[in-house]
Amino acid sequence: MMATVRFTKDHEWVSVDGDTATVGVSDYAQQQLGDVVFVELPETGTSLNKGDEAAVVESVKAASELYSPISGEVSEANGALEDEPSLINSSAMGNGWFYKMTVSNTAELDELMDETAYKGYIEGLD
Amino acid sequence: MADTNSEQLKQSPLLSVHKKMQGKLVPFAGYELPVQYPTGILTEHKHTREKVSLFDVSHMGQAVLRGENAAAALESLVPSDLQALPAGKMAYTVLTNDQGGIIDDLMVTNQGDHMHLVVNASRCGVDFAHIMERLEGRASLEVHTERALIALQGPQAAHVLARFAPAARHILFLHSVALTIADVPCLVTRSGYTGEDGFEISVPSEDATKIAALLISENEVEPAGLGARDSLRLEAGLCLYGHDINEATTPVEAGLSWVISKRRREEGGFPGEAVILQQLKDGSKRKRVGIKPEEKVPAREGAKVTDENGTEIGEITSGGFGPSVEGPIAMGYVETAHAQVGTAVNLMVRNKSLAAQVVKLPFVEHNYYRG
Repeated sequence: MMATVRFTKDHEWVSVDGDTATVGVSDYAQQQLGDVVFVELPETGTSLNKGDEAAVVESVKAASELYSPISGEVSEANGALEDEPSLINSSAMGNGWFYKMTVSNTAELDELMDETAYKGYIEGLD
Repeated sequence: MADTNSEQLKQSPLLSVHKKMQGKLVPFAGYELPVQYPTGILTEHKHTREKVSLFDVSHMGQAVLRGENAAAALESLVPSDLQALPAGKMAYTVLTNDQGGIIDDLMVTNQGDHMHLVVNASRCGVDFAHIMERLEGRASLEVHTERALIALQGPQAAHVLARFAPAARHILFLHSVALTIADVPCLVTRSGYTGEDGFEISVPSEDATKIAALLISENEVEPAGLGARDSLRLEAGLCLYGHDINEATTPVEAGLSWVISKRRREEGGFPGEAVILQQLKDGSKRKRVGIKPEEKVPAREGAKVTDENGTEIGEITSGGFGPSVEGPIAMGYVETAHAQVGTAVNLMVRNKSLAAQVVKLPFVEHNYYRG
């Protein structure tokens, strides 16, 4: 089965496969951030509610927060970002993922945008 | 950012160049200016240190001060020795207030029959009103809004500019020469805000796009935005007004005592002299220092600095990531007892205490052309 990808208004993405979700920031977000130089990731085992501050992304210019798009428990943080935070710029939707989590309530996905809706949303921002 | 009304923003004479180069325009000091171009801040920063970049700094305020003895008149507002400044020479100085705080930092050039001033965009109004009010009857100020300012910065700047004006190669750091570039009369100074060799070129606004396009078309030159300008000046240990210096910081606290000449220390005669001369004699309670976080986490402006016992001893005034340093860098004010290079301090970032050290400024050695 294909993973379901959803987006938030704050430009996070979440890809859910069964009860495992992978979270990152959208390509639009990485363009807005500019060169990412540091990422602070949540520790494994952290319980997050939807909307909780889960990570911090530092670009050359400023620090920004990533809010968890969905509730659950963090099962893995992307250690590759520690040495190579620029993966977020080069591969926001792929190798630049932030963390994986075990989802507690997949119904929360219904409140998020699918790719088509998100595309329309960011077009409206420019 | 979305709530800023772009119609109220002033436009740089180089706006069409920024758009053509796909600059990401943001509101800054009342102007619409590029924070970066498509290559991004890291690339623009490194290109400036390795080759040469073009920055639009037309938002800076330019003015001319005239009077029988304009230098002596201006000395009543700044603590530097301007009467000893030879024609064709430029100096960095500060306008002080009556409490010894800094109204603005500025560049002053002796142009023979007048003084040329370059001040911060955000302080133009305040500075020029202050100068006009205090110098009334002694000197007259003409504000030159019709001039653009282009900074060409980096180790290859002289090599590039000399193609259009061979004499550029021989200008020394902090000297000024009138040069003709592509038939346009320009006022060129060997100066900048990056720590690198380079020039600042004052040109009539109507010729600005022509000069900028000409320079950008050279192989070595890439445009750079405000983001790289900020990371370059931070690595160079240079103050940003409104952040590292303001009306509540004195030149002594800011580590700018070197702008106060021996004669002015003896004679005084500048605003806030009582406070400033006292601090020169007895030292100040706090000092601006370089701070190097030991880990990878950047500490931004506003982060508190504490000693090893957790007692607050100061605050970060500029902080971020240094692309050439390849790590986080910062500067800020700490109590003088903790200002010694090598002192271990902690930085409070997101409620966590991070180890850092007081270090010598600049983070990257200056590369000025002194002949």
